[in-house]
Amino acid sequence: MDTLLIQMLNGVQLGLLMFLLAAGLTLTFGIMDLVNLAHGSLYMMGAYLAWTFIGWTDSFVLGVLLALPATFVLGIVVEAVVVRRLYARDHLDQVLATFGLILFFNELVRAVWGPAGKSIAVPPFLSHTVEILPGVPYSAYRFALIVVGTLVAILLAWLVARTRMGMLIRAGASNRRMIAALGVNIELLFSLVFGLGAVFAGLAGMMAAPIGSVKIGMGDDILILAFVIIVIGGIGSIKGAFIAAMLVGQIDIFGRSYLPDLLKTFLSPATASSAAPAISQMLVYLVMAGVLVWRPTGLFGQRT
Amino acid sequence: MMASLRTPRGLLTVLLLVLFAVLPLLTQAFDQRYLLSIGTRVVIWSIAAVSLNMILGYGGLVSFGHAAFFGIGGYAVGILSASGVASGWVQWPVAIAAAAVWAALIGALSLRTRGVYFLMITLAFAQLVYYVAAGLEVYGGDDGLNIGRSRFPGLINLADKASFYWLCLALLVATLWFCDRFACSRFGFVLRGARSNEQRMTALGFPVFQYRLVAMIISGAFGGLSGALLANEGAYVSPAMMSWVKSGDLIVMVVLGGMGTLLGPLYGAIAFFVLEESLKPLMDLAHKGWGEYWQIVFGPMLVLVALYAKGGIDSLLGRRHG
Repeated sequence: MDTLLIQMLNGVQLGLLMFLLAAGLTLTFGIMDLVNLAHGSLYMMGAYLAWTFIGWTDSFVLGVLLALPATFVLGIVVEAVVVRRLYARDHLDQVLATFGLILFFNELVRAVWGPAGKSIAVPPFLSHTVEILPGVPYSAYRFALIVVGTLVAILLAWLVARTRMGMLIRAGASNRRMIAALGVNIELLFSLVFGLGAVFAGLAGMMAAPIGSVKIGMGDDILILAFVIIVIGGIGSIKGAFIAAMLVGQIDIFGRSYLPDLLKTFLSPATASSAAPAISQMLVYLVMAGVLVWRPTGLFGQRT
Repeated sequence: MMASLRTPRGLLTVLLLVLFAVLPLLTQAFDQRYLLSIGTRVVIWSIAAVSLNMILGYGGLVSFGHAAFFGIGGYAVGILSASGVASGWVQWPVAIAAAAVWAALIGALSLRTRGVYFLMITLAFAQLVYYVAAGLEVYGGDDGLNIGRSRFPGLINLADKASFYWLCLALLVATLWFCDRFACSRFGFVLRGARSNEQRMTALGFPVFQYRLVAMIISGAFGGLSGALLANEGAYVSPAMMSWVKSGDLIVMVVLGGMGTLLGPLYGAIAFFVLEESLKPLMDLAHKGWGEYWQIVFGPMLVLVALYAKGGIDSLLGRRHG
């Protein structure tokens, strides 16, 4: 029971991280109609920038606080130099150009930070455990991740649902040309949305760093999971992205922690423990296939 | 034939044909074995790029999971070889059939969707195959599997680099011939019609879904063939051969060379490998040790191609007539 609770919390924490990544992606898809493969590169750059700033300031919090605006600036620069020219292009050109960006960023990181992975230590004030229920200890860092992730998700929901910028974002998602015709500075809006997406991706990278590692291509695998989340949730839907992220988080953790035991009941232990990770990875894709058979535009996507 | 020599495209094609045909003799004469192995890979990747072009170029379907066919073809050969079935007469048809079956499966699911959804779903399904291969501990898991080359007793010895190269080249020519027939056929015209206006083709009474599905199956079958060849080239299969970056590389080749053109994917594959092999020494020349980071230059080049090089290399050769 206790381990079930802990695993579920781990699933929530993973889901929140992926939501941060997927939120920016689904916004750029929905509003700018942009396929951005390089979104995972921003996740990676966020983690590397945080590693550098934490090294300089010798403080986790200060480092992250410095790395966030840096990721924002990076996002704005990428948007101004490359991405802006892609909005009017077809998806294939966008795929090609952002694929080029991935190669560039991966190689840039290798040249600047070296090929070996880096690690960010869990900050000392979060390296203990907290009792979420009497007698059930849980890593304080992971707990903090859940808190921060939830706060950011609420912030994002508030931003999109309650502010003027959010109103423009939603209007842009449903009819881009119309809001441009109504005199909204759509270039500025697009830049801001892209920068915002970059910050969220970077934040996800920074927060994931202490429980994983900071390495080249770290954003690429998780990006594909973020794609799956967006497809399940429906492109352009923040709500869909959130629900799908939670779902994928739970499926992933379930696959990792319970599938080996489940498989051991009818397979040899060695086969079970080696097959389980692969099967748990597959589970997510099978769910996606199921959702698509049922609803080709995702759970909350606009029907075409 | 003589008339076509007067256009840049005709001239380049003939030159390439001659160069490709005599490459093993050249590499032997100048003792550059390494170049022959690059040449073999160019030819194999060209087959894969031509097969991707069938759905991407002619069908207008942005498939981001083509490397899965590489992998399925390769692993079919690898698994059969590891189970003691060494005959290429069994291995290769199984590789092609397995890839075709996979194409039918993912096609039936993913063709229900459009645009970005299609792109991401094909990508996700390719990842699925990747993780399956990585989880096959019996067949090497993440590390891959060393295999014996396919045997065609009395016909050809694939361990001989030059013979293998010529076999791949012959298969490339056959693939190109098929693709040419494919594109000019009624089937190809329906597929291209659906690319430009799906509603209209549907209104004309063509079952667009079925046409696209068949196109995907054909494309997947050739992809499986290229995978079987790639497995034989290195006598090795691993999940890395179907990482999503390989799918990206294939798209790059098709777009770089010229989508929806017969020889475009071939030009693209050649350009890709030439760039890779020349950027490294060029950057090393500029500053010792920089060559390792050639993708810092290659990445932005792709961005520029996407932004400014509409039509790819093929369009540089002037308009095609007919």
